Amino acid sequence: MKVKPVNHAKAAEEFLEDAPHLTFHDERLWDMRQKRDQQMHLLPEWQDLRTRASEIKEHTLANLPEYLEQFEANAKKNGIHVHWAADGAEHNRIVGEILEKHGAKSLIKSKSMVTEECDMRAYLEPRGVTVTETDLGERIQQLDDQLPSHIVVPAVHKLVPDVAKIFAKNYHTDPNDNDPQSLAEAQRMAARPVILTADAGMTGGNFLVAETGTFVVCTNEGNADLSSTVPNLHIATLGIERLVPRMADLGVFVRLLSRSALGSPITQYTTHFRGPQKGGEMHIILVDNGRSTRLGMEEFWTSLKCIRCGACMNTCPVYRRSGGLSYGAVYSGPIGAIIDPTFNERKYSTLPFASTMNGSCTNVCPVKINIHEQLYKWRRVLAEHHELPFVKREIMHMAGKLMGQPKLYRTAINGTEVALSTMPRFVLYNWLNPWGKHRELPHPVKQTFHSWYKQNRLKKDKAQ
Amino acid sequence: MKIGLFIPCYIDAFYPNAGIATLELLEKLGQDVEYPMDQTCCGQPMANSGCNSDAAAAEALFVRNFAKYDAIVMPSGSCTHHVRDNFDAIPQTEDVKHVRKNTYELVEFLHDILKVDAFPWAEFPHKVGLHNSCGTLRALRTASMSELGEPFFSKPMDLLSKVKGITFATPKRPDECCGFGGTFSVTEEAISARMGLDKVRDHHNAGAEYIVSADTSCMMHQQGCAERNGVPIRFIHIAEILNGARA
Repeated sequence: MKVKPVNHAKAAEEFLEDAPHLTFHDERLWDMRQKRDQQMHLLPEWQDLRTRASEIKEHTLANLPEYLEQFEANAKKNGIHVHWAADGAEHNRIVGEILEKHGAKSLIKSKSMVTEECDMRAYLEPRGVTVTETDLGERIQQLDDQLPSHIVVPAVHKLVPDVAKIFAKNYHTDPNDNDPQSLAEAQRMAARPVILTADAGMTGGNFLVAETGTFVVCTNEGNADLSSTVPNLHIATLGIERLVPRMADLGVFVRLLSRSALGSPITQYTTHFRGPQKGGEMHIILVDNGRSTRLGMEEFWTSLKCIRCGACMNTCPVYRRSGGLSYGAVYSGPIGAIIDPTFNERKYSTLPFASTMNGSCTNVCPVKINIHEQLYKWRRVLAEHHELPFVKREIMHMAGKLMGQPKLYRTAINGTEVALSTMPRFVLYNWLNPWGKHRELPHPVKQTFHSWYKQNRLKKDKAQ
Repeated sequence: MKIGLFIPCYIDAFYPNAGIATLELLEKLGQDVEYPMDQTCCGQPMANSGCNSDAAAAEALFVRNFAKYDAIVMPSGSCTHHVRDNFDAIPQTEDVKHVRKNTYELVEFLHDILKVDAFPWAEFPHKVGLHNSCGTLRALRTASMSELGEPFFSKPMDLLSKVKGITFATPKRPDECCGFGGTFSVTEEAISARMGLDKVRDHHNAGAEYIVSADTSCMMHQQGCAERNGVPIRFIHIAEILNGARA
């Protein structure tokens, strides 16, 4: 069966029709961008930090096998079980086996984009494992059966009344209780007993440190700390690109991460996991799932530098007005648009075009990924791989030919329809029609510049 | 210095006054300017759509038209960006390299090359909001970018400040993209139009009577959004103001 490309434009159009959600979403994320700017202004060394972070990541990625082996050896010395997962299926199987070995039926977890990538809940739940997200936003998304719409704030597209309705359905609270405080309390009351009785805990992770064999989880709610320490069994899932060589490198990234993400100097919790707690067991699953392939892509490998701060989403004027779900993928926004096609070129072929390539994403990226340039390069790759809609391809082909022939071009500009002879009118007009849906057309003019120049300069020259 | 003038297709067809002002302004500044009659397009629309090979004919023609000039000047940031940074659908001959190296957007040409310090003929007694296109801002870097926290500078503002009577409005999000984005304006029309509307409202709320820009494509889009939604604001190319337009 042929995969259909994500229709971002249509989903975005629907998002735009809901004024209260649109306004809140745009302003909330713009506010995060503003706060990020304020933090940047407080650190004179901001640009140096970005450069340093980019260099450390590029160095690490260029030497990834060595650093991964170093990490594995040191983690094992710390008493951590290390697993390697080539793809999502293997990752899920490993998690399933660990849980089965311990007879674990209840899994509490903190936010992890990798488990979303692997669609882990859909694998575990039919096997009798109850998975409970403990991050508030992520839990809201789980109860509403939606992907996270943002890497850092997964339910940012929802308003308080939306959450009230979801909680009413699941926690039997008052559907008209729109007080954030009492909704948070409802979540707390529902989550605590699950946390206290869970058989296993799972976290993602922000950084793996090769020289120490330890890993770091940065959160604001403390839920990762509960998830990892209340049950005796802790499974952590991280992509292989989360690596930094030395403990000292962390200083660079921890300073950049939350400032870029939320505009706060640091996350409430920055937890270093050094090994299992007494009498407990700790597992790390290092996930590839396409990363090695991406590392081999000359134009796109630097997307692996990403530290998942979401700054590119917050600044993106398209993302702010279309919402993360419109991208139809685990990773949305500018970073999603350059990563997603590596998972499925056809399905995500539309995403590099869901951008004006304005470049703001590249400027805010704390590890200096040239996001908008990669969007441009993806467009080329997708065109070469025939993943552009037929009509667009044909129009560009026709326009390209026309632009190479001045006489034909001039005739076309002057209002005749020679240009259209290679393409039925209705096709061209239908493709250009959307311009006028929410916008007026440019006003007609009496004379083109070309004709004015001929009349006012060339004739004058001859007369002299 | 012999200057070749490039007038992008949408200026030629819809905004000839911006082209005429560019030419007259360069002439007033004593420049020797020619407009090659066989010009069409720089190739940007095809290349930005990913169809780079379809840009080859336009790029080859562009080089044939402009290789003989010392400088190529155009009143468009995005076309300049294409020629300078992405113009690679054709083999990079000496002529191609010459053209790419010597192509300038009008504001940077006036500011950096001619270093113009006065426009004695110019007077514009209005409050204007300056729109820097993303091409001029983040690719050509004619102004400081808010994301980088760098010291403020603005080449278009420097030039406009020499115009008698002009005052500036400060929008809330001065360097947010207006949503034109070339074919994006058609393939993602809903988002594009919404971004355009937000942009013109931002300028209007800041008290701007005019939006002035070095890029007509952005303004063509913004004007369409303003007119459809009844936002009372007018549009003018920076060349027209510098050339002495009063309204």
